[in-house]
Amino acid sequence: MGRKLLLDKAHIEGIRYYDTYRSNGGYAAAEKALKTLGPDGVLEEVKKSGLRGRGGAGFPTGLKWSFIAKPEGVPRYLVCNADESEPGTFKDRYLMEFIPHLLIEGLLISSFALGANSCYIYIRGEYAWIPDILEQAIAEAKNKGWLGKNIQGTGFDLEIYVQRGAGAYICGEETALIESLEGKRGNPRIKPPFPAVKGLWQSPTVVNNVETLAAVVPIINIGGDEYIKFGTGKSTGTKLISACGNINKPGVYEIEMNISVEEFIYSDEYCGGIKNNKRLKACIPGGSSVPVLPANLLLKTAKGETRMMTYESLADGGFATGSMLGSGGFIVMDEDQCIVRNTLTFARFYHHESCGQCSPCREGTGWMKKVLQNIEYGKGKMSDIDLLWDIQRKIEGNTICPLGDAAAWPVAAAIRHFRDEFEWHVANPQESQTRNFGLAHYADPLPAPAPAAV
Amino acid sequence: MLPASTKDIKMAEEIKLFKVKIDNISVEVEPGTTILNAARKIGGEVVPPAMCYYSKLQGSGGKCRTCLVKVSKGSDADPRPMPKLVASCRTTVMDGMEVANITSPEVLDARKGVVEFLLLNHPLDCPVCDQAGECHLQDLSYEHGADSTRYEFKRRTFDKVDLGDHIKLHMTRCILCYRCVYTADQLTEKREHGILGRGDASEISTYISQSLDNDFIGNVIDVCPVGALTDQTFRFKNRVWFLKPVDAHRNCENPKCCGKTVLWMRGDEVFRVTARKDKYGEVEAFICDTCRFDKKEAKDWIIEGPRKIERNSVISQGHYVNTVKPKDPLVEVLDGRQPRLVFNIHSESQVNRPDIDLSQINGPAHSDDFKK
Repeated sequence: MGRKLLLDKAHIEGIRYYDTYRSNGGYAAAEKALKTLGPDGVLEEVKKSGLRGRGGAGFPTGLKWSFIAKPEGVPRYLVCNADESEPGTFKDRYLMEFIPHLLIEGLLISSFALGANSCYIYIRGEYAWIPDILEQAIAEAKNKGWLGKNIQGTGFDLEIYVQRGAGAYICGEETALIESLEGKRGNPRIKPPFPAVKGLWQSPTVVNNVETLAAVVPIINIGGDEYIKFGTGKSTGTKLISACGNINKPGVYEIEMNISVEEFIYSDEYCGGIKNNKRLKACIPGGSSVPVLPANLLLKTAKGETRMMTYESLADGGFATGSMLGSGGFIVMDEDQCIVRNTLTFARFYHHESCGQCSPCREGTGWMKKVLQNIEYGKGKMSDIDLLWDIQRKIEGNTICPLGDAAAWPVAAAIRHFRDEFEWHVANPQESQTRNFGLAHYADPLPAPAPAAV
Repeated sequence: MLPASTKDIKMAEEIKLFKVKIDNISVEVEPGTTILNAARKIGGEVVPPAMCYYSKLQGSGGKCRTCLVKVSKGSDADPRPMPKLVASCRTTVMDGMEVANITSPEVLDARKGVVEFLLLNHPLDCPVCDQAGECHLQDLSYEHGADSTRYEFKRRTFDKVDLGDHIKLHMTRCILCYRCVYTADQLTEKREHGILGRGDASEISTYISQSLDNDFIGNVIDVCPVGALTDQTFRFKNRVWFLKPVDAHRNCENPKCCGKTVLWMRGDEVFRVTARKDKYGEVEAFICDTCRFDKKEAKDWIIEGPRKIERNSVISQGHYVNTVKPKDPLVEVLDGRQPRLVFNIHSESQVNRPDIDLSQINGPAHSDDFKK
C-alpha cells in the first residue's frame, strides 16, 4: 500500500462534516500555522516541501507565493482554481465532494501565509452540486470560529466565497478565471503583468489548484522536511491521479510519486489492468492536453529506463519521446481504440472551447478539427497529415494563453507517434470506417539505444 | 514646487533611457515603451505589422499576433532570450534588449501562419469592399501572405447588419481585433456593442440588434482595420483611389472633437469625411459624428490643401511626389552631343496644355486642374 496524505481519511463516514473532520485531526494544521508558525513559517515549510502546482504546469508553489507583490494598503487575494475542465481530469471534484474541510483548511493556511483576507473558490458550472457542499462546510467552519473575523483569537480575518463559473474550459486559465471572477468575459489577459502583481481587481493575487491548496494541510501537519521524503527527486509528495479509459478500476487514486507507470496500470491497488485482458495501445498520462504516448514509450523511456509516475520521468525525452504529468488525468487506451478518432475528439473540444481572442487559436483549432474530420470519415488526403502538422506548429507558442499549446500538442503527438495509423486511414478510407487499425507495432519493444561512441 | 518636480522627472528620464537593438539597429527609448513603438521610432521595414494594436486606444493589442517578434536577448541584466515569440505591441523594452523581427526566419514563418489564419474565414471580396485600397489586411496579406489558401472548407459567414443609420456591420470580414470595442469604451458614453459567442463563432454584435447611436461612435469605422465596419453614407459610392483627399477643418461645436478631418472629394462633391490617419493607419485625433456624417458640403469646411498620401498606397497611384529623377545617361553615351528634337508636339497643338505639369499636381489629376 502506498502512503497517503490527502485521502488517508477519505473513507471515514461523515468526514464531510466538521465534527468528524475535527475529531480525526482536522484543523490541527490550521491551529499550528496560526498559533505557532506564523505566515513566514508556513511559507518556509511550503518552500521546503518542494510542493509543485497540481493544476498541470507543475510550478513550485512556494516560489509562486514568494512572487506576490506586497504594496501597502492594497488587499491581496487567494483564488482557488476549481474550474477543473480538462477532459480526463476529475480529481478535484473528488476532493471537494468528500473532504471539503481539507480544502477549507488549506485555503485558511494559504491565505494566512499570503496575508489575504478574501479568498475565492472559482468552481466550474457543471459541478452544480458541489458549491452547496462547500458552502455548508464554510458555514460550519465559520460557526466554529475558523473563518470570519478574528479567527481563533489570532486577529486574522478571512472570508471564503464560492463563485460558480458558466462552464467554459478557458476560465481554468488563471487570468481568464480572474476576468470571469470580475464579471467580465472570460478572455485570458496578456501577461505581463502577472496576477502576482496585478490580478483580481488589479491587486496582487495567487491562483492555485484545489489539490495544491489541499496539499498544504499535510505539509504543515508533518512539516516540509517530512513531506519531501514522499515521492522521488523534485516530484515530492503524493499526487491524485484520476484514471479512466479502458481499465478495470477507473477512479481517483492517490499515489506516492515513486511508482512506475506499469505498476499504476497493472497493479490491483490502482487501475487493475486493462479491461477484458486486452493489450495496452496508448495512454495520455496527464489530461487531454498532454502528448499521447504509445505503449512502448509509455512504459519505458527512450533511454530504456522504467518510466515512473513523476513529473520528471514522464517528461523524459521532451516531446519527442515523452509527455507530461499534467493535471493527472490518466487516460488509458486499449488495442481497440482509434487514435485518429481520439485526436478528433480532442480537437473538437479545443475548437469548441477556444475563446476566440487571438487569431491562431480561433482559426487554427477549427481548421484542425475539420481536417481531422475528413481523415476520420474517409475523405482525407495524404497531404492533410502534413497540413495538420503545419497548422499545429503555427498555433503552438504563438497564442496569448496556453490553450493554443494545449490544442496543438495532442495533434502533434498523435502524428508524431501514430503517423502510420493516420496514413492507413487515408489509404483505406472504406476499411477505416468498419474496423480499427489495431495495436500494430505500438507495443513492440523499443530498439536498444546505440551504445555511446567511445 | 511643480517646476522642480518636472525637472526631476526629466532628469530621471535622461538617465534612464533604454538602449534597444531591433534587427541590429540601435535605438534609445524611454522605459515603458513597447517593442513595437521602439521599432516605429526606427521606422522602415523593421516595424512589425499591427492589426489590433492602436496607439490611441488603451489596452488594445496582443490579439492578432501579427506583430510577433523574437527577443534574442532579454536585457543587459538578464541576457536570456525569451522562450516564445512575444507580441511586440504589448511587450515593454528592457535595457540592452535585442529583438529580431525581419532578420528571424522563425518570426517570418509565424507571421505567415498568422496571416493565413486571419484570411481563413475572410471572404476576400476586395473587389466589392469599400475598405479596399486602405485595408490593413490587404497590405498585410500582400506583404506576408501566401499566394493561395490551403483551406478547403466552407467559410464562416454572417448576415450584414445595419448598426443604425450610419454604420454597416459586415461581420464576415471581421478579424476580431477588438478595436471598435475599445473605441466605444473609451470615446463614447456607453458601449452598446461587443463580442458575442466564442471561438470562431464569436462576432461583433449589439445586444438584441440595437443601433449604435452616440456622438463618437463613427470612429469605429476609422479604427476598423478591415471592411467590417463601413460608412453607410459612403458605401458603394466610389473607390477611395478615385477620390482626392484634402485636409480640412471646421469649428466643431463639440468640445471633444478636434474638427480636423480629411475630405474625400471628387470635384466639389464631398464623398466622405474621415479623421486624419498617420502612416500606420492610426487616426491623429478622433472626430465626432456630426463632422463625419452630416457635413457633406464643401462649404461646411475650410480646406487646407491636399492630403499627403504614402507613395506606396494605391490612393496615390498615377501621381508621383518626391521622386528623384535618375541621371540621364544619353548625353554621356552620345559623347556629349545633345539629342535632337525631331518633332515638338506643343509647337503643333495646344491639346496637351504644356503649361500644366502633371508631376506638380498633388493627388490624382482631375478636370479641375485643367480649368485654371
